Amino acid sequence: MSLELRNVTKRVGAQTHIYDTSVRLAEGGFNILLGTTLAGKTTLMQLMAGLEQPTSGAVWFAGMDVTRVAVQRRNVAMVYQQFINYPNFTVFENIASPLRVARVPAAEITNRVHRMAELLRLTPLLQRRPTELSGGQQQRTALARALVRDADLVLLDEPLANLDFKLREELRDELPKLFAERHCTIVFATSDPMEALLLGGHTAALHQGRITQFGPTADVYRRPADLVTAQVFSNPPINTAPVTKEAGRVVLSDTVRWSALGHQQRLPDGAYTVGIRPHHVSPIANGHAAAAVEGKVLVAEISGSESTIHFSHGPLNWVSQSHGVHPSQVGDCVRFHLDVGQCLFFDADGRLVA
Amino acid sequence: MARITLQGLRHSYLANPQSEQDWALKRLDIEWEDGGAYALLGPSGCGKTSLLNIISGLVRPTEGQVLFDGIDLTDVPTDRRHIAQVFQFPVVYDTMSVYDNLAFPLRNRGVPAPEVDATVRAIARMLDLEDMLRARAAGLTADGKQKISLGRGLVRADVNAIMFDEPLTVIDPHLKWQLRSKLKELHQRIARTMIYVTHDQTEALTFADKVVVMHEGTVVQIGTPIELFERPRHTFVGHFIGSPGMNVLPCTVDGGKAILDGQRVTVQNPPTTALDGKRIELGVRPEFIGFASDGLPVTVVKVSDAGRYRIVETRHGTDRINLLVDPDAVVPSDGARLRFDPAYARLYADGWLAE
Repeated sequence: MSLELRNVTKRVGAQTHIYDTSVRLAEGGFNILLGTTLAGKTTLMQLMAGLEQPTSGAVWFAGMDVTRVAVQRRNVAMVYQQFINYPNFTVFENIASPLRVARVPAAEITNRVHRMAELLRLTPLLQRRPTELSGGQQQRTALARALVRDADLVLLDEPLANLDFKLREELRDELPKLFAERHCTIVFATSDPMEALLLGGHTAALHQGRITQFGPTADVYRRPADLVTAQVFSNPPINTAPVTKEAGRVVLSDTVRWSALGHQQRLPDGAYTVGIRPHHVSPIANGHAAAAVEGKVLVAEISGSESTIHFSHGPLNWVSQSHGVHPSQVGDCVRFHLDVGQCLFFDADGRLVA
Repeated sequence: MARITLQGLRHSYLANPQSEQDWALKRLDIEWEDGGAYALLGPSGCGKTSLLNIISGLVRPTEGQVLFDGIDLTDVPTDRRHIAQVFQFPVVYDTMSVYDNLAFPLRNRGVPAPEVDATVRAIARMLDLEDMLRARAAGLTADGKQKISLGRGLVRADVNAIMFDEPLTVIDPHLKWQLRSKLKELHQRIARTMIYVTHDQTEALTFADKVVVMHEGTVVQIGTPIELFERPRHTFVGHFIGSPGMNVLPCTVDGGKAILDGQRVTVQNPPTTALDGKRIELGVRPEFIGFASDGLPVTVVKVSDAGRYRIVETRHGTDRINLLVDPDAVVPSDGARLRFDPAYARLYADGWLAE
């Protein structure tokens, strides 16, 4: 059962919220909508759910045009960033509520609620009210309610954003397991590239109301179709610089240049933008072909497991991220190793060319 | 500017605290050096906000003293402590311009106009707000507004400390980096005491020179990010810091080595005293485990691609053991064995690092 948007647009007054979008989501596994605040993630989800009508285009589900079908008749479940539960109901009644609406027999309700509570580790809390729960427990309750009714389409709108770091890590780890045996389409919105990577599945990168790329998550991350996608899918931000290619060499600055490698060799001479992720700019050599970049340290963040060094090289402000502890002082001159084989080349229109 | 000392502090929200659980903050002695960059790190409910409120004077501690440069201010109200606070949600005057927002605390204190102007412009330059000084604050994005909140704390010359209560919660991840490095850069330039409260280890470890880790009303460790990462004093610190956190595996001890299901594991801290009757665990971070030809046999359960590394989840019996490997490393499909780095494998007794 797959969801498909066909030339969907959404305008509100003079403003376009979603530009012409066509995408066919994957069944099973996560479909991640990755983008910053206001990129259009929530609007896109509301269009998928039927909470909003597209200005033009159609929404298809399981081979049927459902554009005009009311949300109540679509068997959709949604979980929001804010934990939404019925404050006067116990956890049990909160989870049971969609089944009661659907007039499921009482014995089966008890069964299904208990099974869901067990999965989400809510069993000892079933008789409590939401106000007596921690944020993580409240969000688990909201998730249990969304999952208990075997919805065909499950929409999760940044469900982990309001949770403590460790709880987020824990639930992020559990979520794919919860959905492992279900045959529904799952959409998960996030602004966190690491969350997208760890959830896997497919990712749609979203920027200013457009899906810039949709594909298997690891592919979108490693082979972004354009510079915007690379920027959406990089945290810390991807380093960029204008370069020229001439006579088999790539020139980034007076002191940084290298012989074109692999795909880079076939590029016609001219001007490009390179993108290089922070972990491919390291204070230590790793044996890969590298160009040396002298940088002046602006900020050094040493977390124990990783060192993140912000530095300037001429007019460029770049970030280096590496394993382990590499102390440096503000103002120090440090030699970084740019892993040239990992450089992404974009043309004047921002499209990936090598 | 001041050195802040918390002496013999205890706090309970109950009128007559009886048992240990009645104390929201158990006995604490902490010294915050003048000009230090600190983080107060812990999960929801660990007592970090109570501690912050005690320093700022919003809460009076049940027991103990709060000293600024050795002077007891325990009963001195908030407004006379000269502490600037930045909250989770930006507090700005929407109807005012960015300039007037920044000038507000100075005008309030009757600072002459030319001095107000010079200070506001200097702070705006530091925060990259120069181009928007005339703009109305209402039109700004969340990170712009949070910069104003921060700027209002920075304009005052009389501030003893700046306290941040989860200041980046409402900021998008890609802007978090920028704002956090900005904070760090500011601290390095102006060297004011800054205390940053958060549940997010990345924020704490990257911002602070010293991190105070709290758990259930107790300070479990105070240390540099490197100390907390490399030598956690308590399994809670090991678990809470690092993503994924430290692996904590039940074991026994024999001849100074950890015994894990018959396998002998060399540890960095062979115990010198008997650990009889205590809960013994082996703690080792995912960063310090690798695949090897011999060692602890495990089953690989899941491999997650984190981009710059992969997280491998394995099982040994019912124990879950995570390790990190390079993106291009080979993960054995069966017959996998693990080796623990002896410099970073440690024994814990009842949760605490064994002596």
